Amino acid sequence: MSRALRFAPLLVSVLVVAALVWRLATPSDTMVRSKLEGRAVPAFALPAALSSKPGFTSADLATGQPRLVNIFASWCVPCVSEVRVLDQLKSRGVEIDGIAVRDRPEDLADFLARNGDPYRRIAADSESRVQIALGSSGVPESFVVDGRGVIRYQHVGPIEAADVPTILAKLEQAR
Amino acid sequence: MLAEAGLAALWLAAGLATLQLFLMVHALRSGADTARTMRAIALVQGALTLVSFAMLLLVFARTDLSVALVYENSHSAKPFIYKVAGAWGNHEGSMLLWVTVLSAAGAVVALMSRRTAERTLVAALGSQAALALGFYAFLLVASNPFARLSPAAVEGRGLNPLLQDPGLAFHPPTLYLGYVGLSVAFSFAVGAMLTGEVDSRLARAMRPWVLGAWILLTLGITAGSYWAYYELGWGGWWFWDPVENASLMPWLAATALLHSINVLAARGALKAWTMMLAVIAFSMSMVGTFLVRSGVLTSVHAFAIDPQRGTFLLALLAIYVGAAFTLFALRAPLLKEGAPFELVSRETGLVINNLLLSVILGIVFIGTLYPLIVEAVSGEKLSVGAPYFNAVAGPLALILALLVGVGPLLTWRRQTRLVLERLKIPALLGATALLITLVLAPHIGVLPRLALTVAAYLAAAAIVPLTGRNPLRTPLATWGMVAAHFGIAVALAGMAANAAFTKETLAIARPGDVLRVGPWQVQLGDVGPTAGKNWTAIEGELRATRGDGLVILKPQTRYFTDPPTETNEAAIRTFWNGQLYTVIGKPDASGAWQLRLWWKPFVTLIWAGGALIALGGAVAMLGRVWRRRRRRERRWQDRYA
Repeated sequence: MSRALRFAPLLVSVLVVAALVWRLATPSDTMVRSKLEGRAVPAFALPAALSSKPGFTSADLATGQPRLVNIFASWCVPCVSEVRVLDQLKSRGVEIDGIAVRDRPEDLADFLARNGDPYRRIAADSESRVQIALGSSGVPESFVVDGRGVIRYQHVGPIEAADVPTILAKLEQAR
Repeated sequence: MLAEAGLAALWLAAGLATLQLFLMVHALRSGADTARTMRAIALVQGALTLVSFAMLLLVFARTDLSVALVYENSHSAKPFIYKVAGAWGNHEGSMLLWVTVLSAAGAVVALMSRRTAERTLVAALGSQAALALGFYAFLLVASNPFARLSPAAVEGRGLNPLLQDPGLAFHPPTLYLGYVGLSVAFSFAVGAMLTGEVDSRLARAMRPWVLGAWILLTLGITAGSYWAYYELGWGGWWFWDPVENASLMPWLAATALLHSINVLAARGALKAWTMMLAVIAFSMSMVGTFLVRSGVLTSVHAFAIDPQRGTFLLALLAIYVGAAFTLFALRAPLLKEGAPFELVSRETGLVINNLLLSVILGIVFIGTLYPLIVEAVSGEKLSVGAPYFNAVAGPLALILALLVGVGPLLTWRRQTRLVLERLKIPALLGATALLITLVLAPHIGVLPRLALTVAAYLAAAAIVPLTGRNPLRTPLATWGMVAAHFGIAVALAGMAANAAFTKETLAIARPGDVLRVGPWQVQLGDVGPTAGKNWTAIEGELRATRGDGLVILKPQTRYFTDPPTETNEAAIRTFWNGQLYTVIGKPDASGAWQLRLWWKPFVTLIWAGGALIALGGAVAMLGRVWRRRRRRERRWQDRYA
């Protein structure tokens, strides 16, 4: 048996132990961050999710004003509590566009009627394509997009009352 | 008092293990004969850990809430069986179970082993003591199961309700027994490499341990798979989850070892390879335990998470595995290989078996640890899932299954009988199965189709070794092998049928709605509340029919109060040709319920096959025990005739 072969099991175990030591030292961060922070929103054009509001394209986001793009769904439980916080943001002058993921118009209308409707426009992303293109791994997630259509900040999970100052600050910075 | 007695027994056992280790070093250095002393010490050490574990069972059985562990993991309202099972359903208790089995195994080796050379036995007992010592230190320093709680609590904090299941009572202990059985093979290998006496006597001493461990691992994995299948409510039987892989890897290594050890026992060949496999098999067991206990990999078994203790376990793992493989690297070139063999022979067959199993093991190993290594090196996150494992390991497993039919027909050293001649009928059966699936089910995937083909072939090929023999004179070991190989065909058929023919319906339904799944019409009846001893539930009534007869299924969503947890209790009905599997989820705002229905043809064959494989192992074990006893009787008769 050759020398290299004899030491192979030892080398493999050293490698594995080193990787495990590293993992113990740096606990896993289960949050998946988008790689698009600082880059332009990928091109998309989505239809309206409801007949009462327009949908939007990526070009529509570059309006000169920073805005919040919120990825949500009527079937998402944390989104229910988040909508109330979004209402607060709206009352402070924040423009919010929604992307409804894998949703049905009747469910969505029901959700908005029940929980409030902070959205200026709602686009239907029926197959999660735009969600995935944005680098979002779940609902809800929100992106601060500046006036030129560049993603400036990603918020993973529901925006809670405590997050409002951060979101407002990020929107201010994006101005 | 009971808790203190348990702790004291543990300290004493640790002291004896230290002594045992010193005696081994002394014996190997000076050549002194310490075998008798070491046998005695190993026995007492094993007995002490049994006492310690019995004390833990007692404090759990009595729900002694002045013991911190009982307070954390038990509850007076829990059914008695789960109170007892709770003793090992937690970190400290399971580690105590581990070390108990480890040193009890050492005691049995000391008591029974008469076949190995004394020096190798001494070295093996020393190695076993070294293994136990690390885990004693771990228990005594970092996870004392007997720590007191002062003042005592009034009520315990319950147990993860997912674990309140008969599966819990048996699944972890079975796997542990299997893992620890491999520790004996590890210790024998280390001992033999220390003394240089790697021979067929060693192989014969190791074999029952490997076989026993392998039977238990097979049972443990089969039971674990069924537990995940009915308890998690996802309708799947294997998820390539890191913790599942952690139990599969030692099994793959043990399966390879089980076959290579026969070559060593019969022909004195494959010495270095067998020693390496013995080390790998137990190393994989320790990696498995570490992955479960430390929670470093995200998995459905995340209830066992504890990163701090992970460090201690990892240190132990590094020491044991590192030392054993260093020893292997130094001693492997000194091992003289035994008798040569020709290209077509049983030896070659077993070498190919070992290579395929090792490659599959490597695939699972890489797939399980690859995300971790990539993240450590580049910071990039990724996950490896079923598509990789199925696509890469699947075809190799099929090739292996194909060769399982050939191997047993080969003879040692050189092939004298024609093999392919005897496989005509199996091949014909396989071809027929292929044709039938092509005609009747043209749209199923390539892998399931090939698997059905191979299963049909192997079901017949597995029996071929019995043809042309007198069944009464055929050794039990052969019957066992045939049963195990037939079991592979059965399990394979179940896996393939499940992959190819499962029908799934996910729907939102209101009471009265009728859904279709496969041949079944399922109507949702009333949905209402119900309660058990420590849970409440929402229960749906499903009326299923496929033409004739009515079947009622009652899936539940259960709510446990202590700790507050919610589980889906699937309702499953087994028929001769498959299982109807139903899960009820949450209601939506309008009062409609989420229903998940599956019709899974022949899915039960998967676990029936697993059980048959284990049964085959058990029969082979019995055969060896009987033959040994008969031989001993004959020797007595010869002596006193």
